[in-house]
Amino acid sequence: MRSWLNRDALLQAIVLLAVVAGMVWLVGNVQSNLERQNINSGFGFLSERAGFGINQTLIDYTEDDSFGRVVVVGLLNTLLVSVLGIFFATLLGFSLGVARLSRNWLISKIAMVYIEIFRNVPLLLQIMFWYFGVLRNLPSPRQALSIGEAMFVSNRGVVVPWLEAGAGAVWYGVAFAGVLAGGFWLRRRALKMKLNTGQASRVWRPLALLTLALFAVAALLAGVPFTLDVPYLKGFNFRGGLTVIPEFVALLLALSLYTAAFIAEIVRAGINAVDKGQREASAALGLPESLALRLVVIPQALRVIIPPLTSQYLNLTKNSSLAVAIAYPDIVSVLAGTTLSQVGQAVEIIFVTMMIYLSLSLLTSWAMNRYNQRMALVGNAS
Amino acid sequence: MSAQTWSPKPARPAPANTVGFVGWARENLFATKLDTALTLLCVTLIVYTLEVVFGWAIIDASFSGEDRKACLKQVQGACWPFIDAKLGQFIYGRYPEMERWRVDWVFAIGALGLVPLLMPKVGWKRANVIFMLGFYPLFCFFMLTGGVFGLTPVDTTDWGGLLVTLVVAITGIVGSLPLGILLALGRRSELPIVRALCVAFIEIFRGVPLITVLFMASVMLPLFLPDGVNFDKLVRCLIGVALFSSAYMAEVVRGGLQAIPKGQYEAAAALGLGYWKTTRLIILPQALKLVIPGIVNTFIGLFKDTTLVLIVGLFDLLGIVQLHFTDSSWATPETHITGYAFAAFVFWVFCFAMSRYSIFMENHLSTDRDKES
Repeated sequence: MRSWLNRDALLQAIVLLAVVAGMVWLVGNVQSNLERQNINSGFGFLSERAGFGINQTLIDYTEDDSFGRVVVVGLLNTLLVSVLGIFFATLLGFSLGVARLSRNWLISKIAMVYIEIFRNVPLLLQIMFWYFGVLRNLPSPRQALSIGEAMFVSNRGVVVPWLEAGAGAVWYGVAFAGVLAGGFWLRRRALKMKLNTGQASRVWRPLALLTLALFAVAALLAGVPFTLDVPYLKGFNFRGGLTVIPEFVALLLALSLYTAAFIAEIVRAGINAVDKGQREASAALGLPESLALRLVVIPQALRVIIPPLTSQYLNLTKNSSLAVAIAYPDIVSVLAGTTLSQVGQAVEIIFVTMMIYLSLSLLTSWAMNRYNQRMALVGNAS
Repeated sequence: MSAQTWSPKPARPAPANTVGFVGWARENLFATKLDTALTLLCVTLIVYTLEVVFGWAIIDASFSGEDRKACLKQVQGACWPFIDAKLGQFIYGRYPEMERWRVDWVFAIGALGLVPLLMPKVGWKRANVIFMLGFYPLFCFFMLTGGVFGLTPVDTTDWGGLLVTLVVAITGIVGSLPLGILLALGRRSELPIVRALCVAFIEIFRGVPLITVLFMASVMLPLFLPDGVNFDKLVRCLIGVALFSSAYMAEVVRGGLQAIPKGQYEAAAALGLGYWKTTRLIILPQALKLVIPGIVNTFIGLFKDTTLVLIVGLFDLLGIVQLHFTDSSWATPETHITGYAFAAFVFWVFCFAMSRYSIFMENHLSTDRDKES
């Protein structure tokens, strides 16, 4: 036993030594290479002037801002497309997953054909198809397809009317937060009452009254600080409104359609994993099929669905990095693309990019693990 | 009193509307009013889709021509002559035309070795694996790069198209399998330092997108090497892809290792086998067989991910199609869509075939186990 322990310790020491020696060798190489090529090192560049424009920014940004702000702008763009992508992919994926199990033969086959086509074609190809094949081929702004003279679709993107918020808009935000909090509280109270007394309490009517009251107060305090900004054609492009750039549309479309195919398969497997007896029991209780699905089957299927669903969400977030191929300004595109070509500090820039994704991944899996633990504890004690 | 035997009347046939196509349709398409409405909606959708697709791909399409003039009709569908004219480029890239037979040989011998390897019933698996993992990679290397046996050297910058896609995908899988097995064993090892290192490697590579790994391989790797040592860009990408997919492979193999019952380890220990012998002779053969579907699925993912190499400047199938869009003699409004449709079809055929194979193996393996128990 003792000799085994020693042998193990020796083996580990050798492995550790080899790894450390390898690292030292690599770092030494990097240093001498950087010196020879006269490349700066360190993260000082983050506070320097960036000097390039970005065509979609969620926060104020000009060319005079620093590379540090570029990182934030890119990260926000990544998060925007990921969150919206996750939303649409989940919606479409769940519908397809349920459709795949439909008793209607035709619906089930259509869902199958969709799944088999979209998940077996590389995502990058799909992104390029939507961007170069479809959106860039749309007519120019002057011949734009118009929907009610308010929304325009052209090769410069989609322009939609937008509410311009004035000074008092923050009161409306407060009112909205109040409605959310009130709704949450009402729901909890209703659930508690149902568990204790078996009686249902009203949720929707008080919530509607609350909404009306809060927004009335906001209107009294701030008036109507919103103006509707309708886009119009001037010269060769649109003025006003909100422009959704074609890069964003293409990326969002491709990510949602691609990931939905995978989510559909996960949902199908999850629903199939619920015991057949559960469906039969709910049928025996007289629940119509739609209610049985919503109240009995899906809640139980969720337990099977959530872990692989999380990894699909993470995949979607990581896949949003393919934005670089169509120059949507996500974190990889602005950092490992534009910034790298301007600053040239490959080691630091790739390191920052990887760290950002790594923390996103670890954060999501931590959150999902906690949620998963809560779900698992509710029933299935076996 | 004559003995009377009672014989039942023959059963009447089932009502005509519950059997055959009519019965099937009533049950599966028109069960309720809602179902009927949905079915009609679906039929409309299918007819419309087919009309659009067939109209574009066949009825309005051009099939022959020498340049863009063939594809400028008033109502123009697919521009197939573009694919026809560029097919050689799409398969071989800029590989010299005189030397393309070498690529053909590599494809042919690969197929010859792979097909019997994939069929569970054909024997000679061990010899085949040694051939495919030992001889074949060397054969490919010398055939494709040249410079020996009187073959003209061909620079990897001239490789492209399907050739690069297959080289990246196959090297990725061949490189990641042994590395993934080692990482999976390391992650389940009882030695804390080894385990920690393996976990860190796996989680880091699974936590970042492939594109950052490829950027690392193409711009950072040269900095990591001593002065004067430099790899070809293709080789650097291959290293990146292999490291990346080995992390995913490790998790697949770990699933197989966890499925091996404890009794197998104990029985091996009782026979006096040490760690490496237990692993090599008892555990891995069973675990790897269990995860063949998982390995195939990883390979499908890897195959689709090979398209990413175009972002760091290699020309895989999608990259070379994209490159030829810039050819002004084929610039038409339909060239892009036609090119993408062609590339999508090629990728789809490969991936769909592999996913069917994975399902087939899953069924095959599960029945094998059922028979034993």
